[in-house]
Amino acid sequence: MTNDIFIFAEQRNDKLHPAALQIVTPAKALAEKTGGQVVACVIGDAIDNAATAIDKAGVERIITISDPSLAMYSALRYRTALTAAVQKVDPKVTLLPATFMGRDLSPRVAVRTKAALATDVIELQINDGGALDVVRPIYNGKATCHVTLPADRPAIASVRPNTFAAPSGAGGAQREALSFEPASGDERIDVKEIAKTGGDIKDVTEADIIVSGGRALKNEDNFKILFDLAKELDAAVGASRAACDAGYQPHTRQVGLTGKTVTPKLYFAFGISGAIQHMAGMRGSKVIVAVNTDPEAPMFRVADYGIVADLFKVVPLLTAEIKKLER
Amino acid sequence: MKILVVVKQVPDSTTVIRIGSDGKDIDRAGVKMVVNPFDEFAIEQAVRLRETRSDVESITALIVGPAQAAEALRTVLAVGANDAIHLEDQAFDQLDDLQTAALIAAVVKAGGYDLVLAGKQEIDLDSGQLGPALAELLDIPHVGVVTKLEFADDGKSLVANRRIEGADEVVQVSLPALITCEKGLGEMRYPSLPNLMKAKKKPVRKLTAADVPGFAEATAGVGGSTMHTLEPPPERPPGKILDGEPDEAVRELVRLLREEAKAI
Ligand SMILES: Cc1cc2nc3c(=O)[nH]c(=O)nc-3n(C[C@H](O)[C@H](O)[C@H](O)COP(=O)(O)OP(=O)(O)OC[C@H]3O[C@@H](n4cnc5c(N)ncnc54)[C@H](O)[C@@H]3O)c2cc1C
Repeated sequence: MTNDIFIFAEQRNDKLHPAALQIVTPAKALAEKTGGQVVACVIGDAIDNAATAIDKAGVERIITISDPSLAMYSALRYRTALTAAVQKVDPKVTLLPATFMGRDLSPRVAVRTKAALATDVIELQINDGGALDVVRPIYNGKATCHVTLPADRPAIASVRPNTFAAPSGAGGAQREALSFEPASGDERIDVKEIAKTGGDIKDVTEADIIVSGGRALKNEDNFKILFDLAKELDAAVGASRAACDAGYQPHTRQVGLTGKTVTPKLYFAFGISGAIQHMAGMRGSKVIVAVNTDPEAPMFRVADYGIVADLFKVVPLLTAEIKKLER
Repeated sequence: MKILVVVKQVPDSTTVIRIGSDGKDIDRAGVKMVVNPFDEFAIEQAVRLRETRSDVESITALIVGPAQAAEALRTVLAVGANDAIHLEDQAFDQLDDLQTAALIAAVVKAGGYDLVLAGKQEIDLDSGQLGPALAELLDIPHVGVVTKLEFADDGKSLVANRRIEGADEVVQVSLPALITCEKGLGEMRYPSLPNLMKAKKKPVRKLTAADVPGFAEATAGVGGSTMHTLEPPPERPPGKILDGEPDEAVRELVRLLREEAKAI
């Protein structure tokens, strides 16, 4: 085992996932402690731009594995590729973003490399015994726990998106290309297509700002005012389960326990009461704004800013005010 | 076709979480335990496959947990599993998620299951490790976070829609395979009282560590993380309620979002 810190620089279509840049920040902090290098691995087909982007975040070494069969994510091919890179570097710690891809991939790579794994972590450090100590939310964010991974085997952690700010660096990392050697049986998974679900609007899991509406919106048409606001903010539109179940929005926009877990920089909750299962999906947001006619609504308890008023008055005013900013 | 459904028993989603006095677990007194909501999609999906296809031979449910976990098994049996495996031993409480996957793999490896269904994650520890890790240990493909599942025309593979950022990956996977289930798949039917009674008579195999050949080796080779020191979530500083007429409040909000929170 070396003292290096390895990161999986997730990309799709040669575009780095923002969360992949963010994990360079904790990787550098860990490498400072271990005295190792930060090594990034980019896997895909045409991946030059993604490799350049991770280089600019200030990693020291980049391993690329590029092959036409890796153009789309497959749990099997990607675990084979990533395992090969991890085994080549033999790092003390491997970090992945806790995205759909990172969460899907990390358990397989952990098993294959006989590592220990912690998912969706929000703090990481090497303790005095040389072991990786992490903090991760449990019970839907209703508590956090410390987890210590054994010092004598490699550690893998997936890091919750938007926990760390992306760093910038000089570039000029040493690059090396590894060729892809598929394992037998890797062809058992075949990605047929990627079907967009959200139309032109960003998905709640990829936006920095989310504008969410609840049952109070009353119907699908009324959501238009949220879409107008979202457009001004380059935001995604989210919804509570009550709003989705009533058919105002598709379930792909549902935030919460049985919807998506989101950690945007800014979350607006318009006419959402703040049920525990809704909060489960959004309490990790950096800044929360609540607008509700009921001053007792639980959402106000987690909100950074609240307005006790009718959302149908507030939203258009807010959209107009944001428009003014841009001028 | 033999289907295996892996379930976990977890505190109900509305549970108020209090941290126990040793700081290593939550205070479990009076906590209502339920089938993990994502595992509900898994058992329902298994039953629907049996209803629509003639070749489903059996549905076996598997749980790792204390004696109380038998209640969750009973629910799953009432919904439609034919039989169950209950892995119960204090030694199992010490295992982390990867080691639990290794334990389950050791038990089911020779079982000849064509399809393994599990929830996309557990709502207590939220790790989501079990499904993909179990698939790796069984050397079978998996598709994670699946919202739609159908048999392909060849009858030997599945077509699954897997949720990703802003899109669905449509994935064809050959059997045997493991699928982790997400909302979008059908909601679990209500276990009726007569079915709950009948479930009592369905066979449940209880296994301890001594009954699992190779238990020690299987779990020693991977994982080994220890969870300790639970804490309440980081306090959010008390928020500001912006008073005044809506237009004033909105102007103040925009100013604060820009200057104080630097969020826009
Ligand atoms: C197992 C389980 C899983 C669940 N998963 C989820 C999940 O993933 N996501 C989720 O969201 N929920 C989930 N729920 C449901 C959750 O418990 C709530 O029922 C739901 O979140 C309520 O949605 P809401 O806030 O839109 O509606 P309500 O609770 O009805 O709240 C509407 C709010 O709008 C306010 N209001 C009304 N008119 C106006 C107005 N003109 N202007 C401003 N405010 C107004 C009201 O004061 C109220 O606070 C789950 C429940 C269970 C049991």
